[in-house]
This record gives sequence, C-alpha cells and structure tokens, in this order.
Amino acid sequence: MADTIYDIVTSGCLTYEQKLTSLARAAENTLDVLDMPEKTRQYFAEGVICNLNEGAAPYRPRYIMPDYAKTVKNGVKFLELDPPKDLDELLNFLQILYRHVPSITTFPVYLGALDTLIEPFLDGVSDEEAEKKIRLFFRFLDRTITDSFCHANLGPAETRAGRIILKVEQSIAQAVPNLTLKYDPEITSDSFAELALQTSLYCANPAICNDPGNRDTYDHYGISSCYNILPVGGGSYTLTRIVLPRLAQKTDSLDEFLEVMLPDALRCMADYMSERIRFIVEKSRFFESHFLAKEGLVERDRFTAMFGMVGLAEAANHFAEGARYGHDAEADDIADRIMTVISDFAAAYEAPYCEISGHRLLLHAQVGIDTDHGITSGVRIPVGEEPERMYDHLRHSARFHRFFPTGCSDIFAFDITGRDNPAAMLDIVKGAFSLGHKYMAFYAADSDLVRITGYLVKRSEIEKWDSGEAVLQNTTQLGAPTYKSAHLADRKVRSTEG
Amino acid sequence: MTCAPVNRIIPLSVVDGPGNRTAVFLQGCNIACAYCHNPETQHSCISCGECVGGCPSGALGIVDGKVSWDSARCIMCDRCIKTCPRNASPKVKQMSVEEVMDEIRRNVPFIRGITVSGGECMLHAGFVEELFRAARAEGLGTLIDSNGTVDFSRHPGLMSVTDGVMLDVKSWDEDAFRRLTGASGAMVKRNLRYLAETGRIEELRIVCLDGEVDAEAVIRGIAETIPGHFRDIPLKLIRFRPHGVRGRLEGHAGPDDGTMERYRETAIQNGFNKVIIR
Repeated sequence: MADTIYDIVTSGCLTYEQKLTSLARAAENTLDVLDMPEKTRQYFAEGVICNLNEGAAPYRPRYIMPDYAKTVKNGVKFLELDPPKDLDELLNFLQILYRHVPSITTFPVYLGALDTLIEPFLDGVSDEEAEKKIRLFFRFLDRTITDSFCHANLGPAETRAGRIILKVEQSIAQAVPNLTLKYDPEITSDSFAELALQTSLYCANPAICNDPGNRDTYDHYGISSCYNILPVGGGSYTLTRIVLPRLAQKTDSLDEFLEVMLPDALRCMADYMSERIRFIVEKSRFFESHFLAKEGLVERDRFTAMFGMVGLAEAANHFAEGARYGHDAEADDIADRIMTVISDFAAAYEAPYCEISGHRLLLHAQVGIDTDHGITSGVRIPVGEEPERMYDHLRHSARFHRFFPTGCSDIFAFDITGRDNPAAMLDIVKGAFSLGHKYMAFYAADSDLVRITGYLVKRSEIEKWDSGEAVLQNTTQLGAPTYKSAHLADRKVRSTEG
Repeated sequence: MTCAPVNRIIPLSVVDGPGNRTAVFLQGCNIACAYCHNPETQHSCISCGECVGGCPSGALGIVDGKVSWDSARCIMCDRCIKTCPRNASPKVKQMSVEEVMDEIRRNVPFIRGITVSGGECMLHAGFVEELFRAARAEGLGTLIDSNGTVDFSRHPGLMSVTDGVMLDVKSWDEDAFRRLTGASGAMVKRNLRYLAETGRIEELRIVCLDGEVDAEAVIRGIAETIPGHFRDIPLKLIRFRPHGVRGRLEGHAGPDDGTMERYRETAIQNGFNKVIIR
C-alpha cells in the first residue's frame, strides 16, 4: 500500500491532477466494506469478474447523466447559477456546471445534447460569432476534461448549432468530447447525416447511433462515456464485467459451461453489483447530499446498472473446435447460445434500486481495458480476422447487437475516398441499422485521432507517452498499451472492396 | 439466359456514382485509350497461355486448350494481367444475369444501386438491359458508365430502365480523339445530345492530360452542344494518374494543381454549376 502511494507521489509521467486521482483511488481501496462471498473473491482473483477499477467503496454512481435541459431552464441553486439568457451565459453556465459533475473518471462522462442546448440561444447570433464562441468552448472542454470517456450528443434533428459544432470539430480535431449523432432516417436529413460521417473521416468524430434502435430502452436516453446508452436524469451505478474467455478456459465442455459455470459466475457478478448499488444508495449518501440529486437534476430512481461482458469471440472459438467466430456458423451459433444464457439471466435477476430498467441489470458490450491481452471487445470480431466483406461484418454485428440495451458498437477504419462520397457511407449505415445494428464509428485510415475501443486518442500523444513524457489526457495512458496489444493499427481498412 | 463476360464485381464502391453501389465491370472495349487505367478489360482472352506459367499460386492452367482460372487459389497479384500481351485477362467469367444478380443481392441493403462499367458495357447492351430490369425489381438504382461511342438511341429498352449515364467526353477535336482512342468521337457528340434531351446524363467526365486532351475545348464544346441542359449536370474533371496505364503514357505525369484549377475556372465561366476535381 505505502509502496503504491510512494510510486504515485514520485511518478514523473503523471500530471498533478492524475496523481491526485490515483491517490484518492488508493485511499478508497484501503477499505473493505462490500460484502463479498469467498467464491466471488476467487472469481475476482482469477479475473473472471472485473469491476473496471471502480474502487472498493463507491461514493458516487459510475456514470451520471444530468438533465442539462432542466438545469438550463431552472438554473442551479447550489452553484448560484441563474438560467442563462444568451449564448455567452449558456456556455459559461455549462463550463461551470461540468466542473461539478462527478463520475468514475472524476470528470463528466456526459455533456448533454449540445446542439439542442445551444440552438435556442443562436437567435440573432451570426454563424461567425457562434462558431468562435463554440470553438473556445470546445477548447475549454478538451483542455480541462482531460479524459476522453466524455460524450456529447447531437441530433436526431438537424440544427444550425449541430452544423456549426461539426464544422468546429473538423477544424480542431480534439479527443474530447466524443460526439455521437443520434440518427433516425425519418428525422435526420441525409445532408446532415452525410456531413457528420464526412466529418468523422477528418477527426474520428462523431460516431453514429441507431436512434430508433436504442430509444425504446428508456423514456429518454443519452450516450455517455464509451457509447453507454443510459437514462438522462439518471445514469448507471456501476459497470462490472464478466471476462468470458477466462471462464471458458476452465472447461472443454460447452454444456457444463452454459449450464453450470456461466450461471454461477453471472450470479456472483450480479450479487456483487447489487452490493455496490446498495452501498451507493444506502451508505454513500450521494443521493442525500449532492446538489444534482437535491435539485432533481438526477433522480435516484432513474439509475440502472450495466451488466458487462467481454471476449465473446474467444469464448466461442474455445468451444468451436477450429471454427471461427465471425466466419463460421458453428462458432456464431455457440456465441449466440452464450449470449442467450447471459441475456436470460439478466432478464430474470432482480436488482435493487433499478426502477428505470424494471429492476433489471442491463447488458453492455464492454470494450476491454489496457491489461486485456487476446480478449476482444464485447461481441466484436477480433482485429485481423474481420470478414473480407464489410457487409458480412455488419450482418454479423447486427445479429449480436440485439442483446445489448446499454451499448454495443463497431469501429471501422475507412479509406479517405469516403470524404468525397459521404452518401455512400450513409447508405452503409442505413443498411446496417435497418438490420438492427445499433451503433458504429468511422475514422480515416490515416487519422491522428484514432478510436481505441470507444474513446479517442491521438497517435501523436501515444508516441509522447511511450517516450516517457507526461500527457494531458488520462485516456492516452489507457490507449497507448491497448493500441498495441489489440493490434489496432491492423484494423481492416474499409473502402472500395473487391 | 443472357450472359456476358464479367471482369470483376466490386461489392462496395464509393467511386462509381452517387452513394454506395456495386460496380460490375464487363470485359471488352471498342476503343483503346492511351490513358486507359485498366487496359486488361479491353480484349478477350484467346488462350495463348502466356500467363499460365508465371502464376505464383497455381491458379491458372490449361484445360481443353483453354486457359482456366481457379478463383479460390488466386491471390490477386495481377501478374497474369501484366504478362498478357494483348490487354486481356484470364480472370474473366462468363456470367448470366441471374448469377450477377446473386452477387448483387449479397450486398443489399447496403447499396442504393448498381453501376455497370467496362470495358465498354454498351457492347453488351442486351445483357445490361436484362440486368437493370432485375435490379430495378429489387429496388436498386441503375447507372451506366460509358465512353459514349455506342449509339444509345438504338437501345430504347435499355434506356427505359437506366437511371442515368456517366459519360466520358474524352476529347473534342476529332484528330485528338483519334490519336487518344484510335476511333472517331462523332458518336459521343450525338449521344451527348440524345442523353441530355432524354434527361439521362448523371455526370460528365473529362480525364485531363495536357498535350493529349483538349479539356478546355471539351468544356466549351459541351456547353455549345447542349446549351439547355449542361448547367446542372455535374462535371467531373479527373486528373490523369499513371496507375495501371500501359504503353506510351506509362509513367506520364498528370496535370498540376494549377492546371486543374484553370480547367475548373473555364468550366465555371462557361456556365457549369457543379464542377468536381478528382
């Protein structure tokens, strides 16, 4: 313990802020307050269940999704902020508010639907003026929210604000915030969606979310952090994950895995998550003391919890006797059976304080962490094994995306010829979404900004970090090893395909 | 069932018309442009066998006196194409409309349409018409990519199921056209008029190469030939690139940025509203 703290204090490659956060985490982890049976501890020790460094004594929900529209309408008493009256006041208001929104990263993971927040304040403001103000606002976000698990939303309707944001984004090409366009072919104009996709081939932002395919999850959803689909005015208490290949490798019998081992591990994980939820709600006093809760900007009964899984590809391949996930029906069918067990378990398990999701934990295709080696994100096909045809890839994804209410995505490196024909990219998106694909992101094969597993990192920053320099963004430290261990430079580049 | 020689089918193409399309390349061309970037589509294989020995993966052989190609063993290195002395390819497959449609159906719902190119696909107008009827029945758009040397007005059935034509206008001066292609450009001008009057021009294209292509004369010529139609037709000015080119223009440099910009200016001054440089 003392060694850990000494290492943090004397590190030469952590910024001051990063040291502070690491010290807080180390302090939290000296507590042992969660009731955990021995069997669960064993699963943790083996890495079968993993809480993604959430800490041993949670004192805030992992992901918090304030209802920013409500804050803008009512102001925030605790921060002595009156409702903003013009664009300057709005952007200043948000800058102050974001500083006070907690999360697992200590930074806000959700910045709201920025286009719809800004749009009403553009009356009488010229494009040039708005662009300058928004540019400075975005610069503030990138340099102060130094963690790219941070997300702002656009759409589904086209707005002037949305267009200006895309223009600014293209020119500044920053890692923060992540942007996602909620896309509904009935509402979003083709030209706006095409602009968004074209922009992503310059700066890897925005990603595109199947709005009709996600919006029935709750009454009102937003996208936060790494494409988490969560209720606005609430969020997620926790994200815990099961690392399927680490469990699968204990047996060669698929039946034993599906009928005995997997249900046992899932129950331990769900009980553990329930314990975390109870601690946050009953012991941490977050909902009694934090201004977001006291002023109704988040509500306790609008929080759910994300039941994560990772490594379906490797788990299915383990049982598939040479057949390969993403290519062979045998492996895909095994994968489908594994997912069905997980999905059925979650549908039957009653979780505490999860009213918004009918007292259920909700499945999430977790993207992996830097220490995962040979474990592929969620239900994705491993990098280097992508099907020859992008269409086959997308059909496969659509089949498995159907299991996930709180987020599942694909990332495609695309040839820059797409910049000249974003309508072609939109055709692909439309086709995929019509089949049930839920969320995808593109970036250009030659881009400095690269999407690691969901979040963005600059390749140039990775090089700096690798050479031992301190870097501003926390996520560069996560992204640097993952970029190499997951062989992301080898992602198949999608373009004109023969 | 009507068949045609198919050089290749590209399932996902972002460069053969609006949106995402499947592009079907038919084998055989009636002209021979000096700047052709896929000259292996020009002629039919005569089974001379010269390519067979050089195939590194053993995908080529001779069966019953004819060159055979095993697509499963092919590693797409294109050595056979480089070896071929007559601008053909051993990898061409005779395919029926239904077989081509089977390939296309694998790409639905990700494409908005198909584009048939070549070679010169109008040499197989009957096949293209049947293919387009089948594609339209599945809700797909239909575009032709053509050099304009085959008389479109003689194929009203095909035209009735064609959304549009992407028409190359390779040169305006007849001597220049002949020097570049080995054929006459008179039909291109007739087609320009016919297709404009029937509202079938999707895009006009000029491959720009100083000393070979009188690009500015083409721009003015189009404007004078179809004065009531040309303004809103996209004009694509394509910079010559030596990739794939064989013969006297092999390794030749294309126009610089300044020249391309000058062509753009000329087009805009002549009234084109949508000029694209590629």
